[in-house]
Amino acid sequence: MIEARDLTKRYGDKLAVDHLSFTVEPGRVTGFLGPNGAGKSTTMRLILGLDRPLSGTATINGKRYADIAQPLRTVGALLEARAMHTGRSAYNHLLFLAQTQGLPRSRVDQVLGLVGLTEVARKRTGGFSLGMSQRVGIAVALLGDPQILILDEPVNGLDPEGILWIRNLMKQLASEGRTVFVSSHLMNEMAVTADHLIVIGRGKLLAETSTQDFIERSSEKYVLVRSPDAATLAGLVAAAGGKAEPENTAEGQAPALRVSNLDAPRIGQIAAADNIVLHELTPRLASLEEAYMELTADSLEYGLPAARPPAPGAQPASSEPAPATAQGRTE
Amino acid sequence: MTSASPPVQAARPGTSRTPAVSGAAGFGRLLLSEWTKIRSVRSTVWSLVLLVVVTFGFTGLFTWLTILQWDKSGAASRAQIRADPVSTILGSGLEFGQLTICVLGVLVITSEYSTGVIRASLLAVPRRTPMLAAKALVFAVLVLIVGWIVTFPSFFLGAAILHSHAPVSLSDPGVARAVIGAGLYLCVLGLFAMGLGGIIRHTAGAITGVIAFVLVLAPLTQLIPGKIGKYVHAYLPTEAGQLIGQAHQQANQVLSPWEGFGVFCLWTAVLLVIAGYLLKTRDA
Repeated sequence: MIEARDLTKRYGDKLAVDHLSFTVEPGRVTGFLGPNGAGKSTTMRLILGLDRPLSGTATINGKRYADIAQPLRTVGALLEARAMHTGRSAYNHLLFLAQTQGLPRSRVDQVLGLVGLTEVARKRTGGFSLGMSQRVGIAVALLGDPQILILDEPVNGLDPEGILWIRNLMKQLASEGRTVFVSSHLMNEMAVTADHLIVIGRGKLLAETSTQDFIERSSEKYVLVRSPDAATLAGLVAAAGGKAEPENTAEGQAPALRVSNLDAPRIGQIAAADNIVLHELTPRLASLEEAYMELTADSLEYGLPAARPPAPGAQPASSEPAPATAQGRTE
Repeated sequence: MTSASPPVQAARPGTSRTPAVSGAAGFGRLLLSEWTKIRSVRSTVWSLVLLVVVTFGFTGLFTWLTILQWDKSGAASRAQIRADPVSTILGSGLEFGQLTICVLGVLVITSEYSTGVIRASLLAVPRRTPMLAAKALVFAVLVLIVGWIVTFPSFFLGAAILHSHAPVSLSDPGVARAVIGAGLYLCVLGLFAMGLGGIIRHTAGAITGVIAFVLVLAPLTQLIPGKIGKYVHAYLPTEAGQLIGQAHQQANQVLSPWEGFGVFCLWTAVLLVIAGYLLKTRDA
């Protein structure tokens, strides 16, 4: 179990982590989400004792990281994948770490096999691709067979096959009762991997919830209705208990409405009853990515004005169809 | 990716748990780990090979040139060489060879910062200072051994070349101590560079700093007039440290060979303590 209590870290005049408190429980994958610069990596470094907090505490199974004897046997961490001496082989990188913990050489061979790098283990890591370096980093994390794993953006640089592999690995480790804490800036990645989510922005906690709750709460349902007589329809919809908001429309298209609280068949009936022509009637589900963008919009560290998320539904084309979200729910 | 992803079923580290080892062997394990680190990068091998080649080569070259110039050189300089031939021999080659140790000493620690390995190292040894202590000890022993491997042959080579004009033997008073001391000097110089590297943390900056101490400060302080200049110069780290490579203290010198070496050790200890303190307190 990982516990952060009132964790605060300042770099110069910038508050990187701002009174952050959360708990990471064993037996499940906990996703640590936030835009670039939100303070995810800093928080992980504070938990691992690499940086000192300005105030607050971070503990692992109730102990500060520095107080854990043979820490790699308790906590496995992947921070930057490229954090290796380019002239040293992957084997020797793992070996010197294993030696500090009194782990045998056979364990080094074992984890190298586990991440599929046995053949290149004796080659200097300078020639490794990002994906291969990432695998070395994962081997380092698994080296001491730790109960707790802290992984910073582990899918970075991996090919689709590698992404699937790391996803399954994390789920398996969690199913063995281990604590798996994994950061990402991609909501969709976390939706299919994490059981629990901790969302931060500008160093502050924005949400701490189960992934399923987050998806259900965020997946706003509405119906997009396009009609030349949208104004009249809006009145009828409102009279029937629905909520209609005008939508942005492209040049040359009939005006559109975003209708919530009424389903598509009912809207069709209302329109038919008054002989209103419909050009479009589409049930929509706001994507998880949109919900996440909305949640973090105010806390974007390096957001460009143009990169700010559009108002929900302004670009219905980017909305994911319902099945994609349902997949997130089942996994 | 060169190989297919292994099946997830293979991901069962739980089945391979090794018995926990008691903390008693802790420091020994760190020494082993630091030895693996230092032997597994090529900069170590190249620096040490360069140390041997440069020192041995320049010792031969300079002593040979000394003999060639013998008749043209002044009586005073001839007398000085005759009075302390071992100092002439060791001073010639090591003056250049020592630069490789300056660079290696810095690299041993700054390369961890430049590559990011320091994070992995500190995650494994979160108390931090034992890691620095183990690194210093392993590096010191390595440089000491290689130092003697280079100073003894260099001495014998130089002595053979000088033999006709300034004979010297290992059994002469102070000579064995000077040759052994030259190895000790290299060892402490390595630690001095490592300490500065640990403080500065950047390779280029730290190498510049060490070179400034070794090559630049000494001539500068000689410009300070009077007794103050003489004392400041004498207590500079490498000026003091190099005295151990002399057979005996000369009349105009402030410090004896062992006193000089002690001053150098003190400088080095201070730098290492500062480096250890900063390692412990700074964010990695």
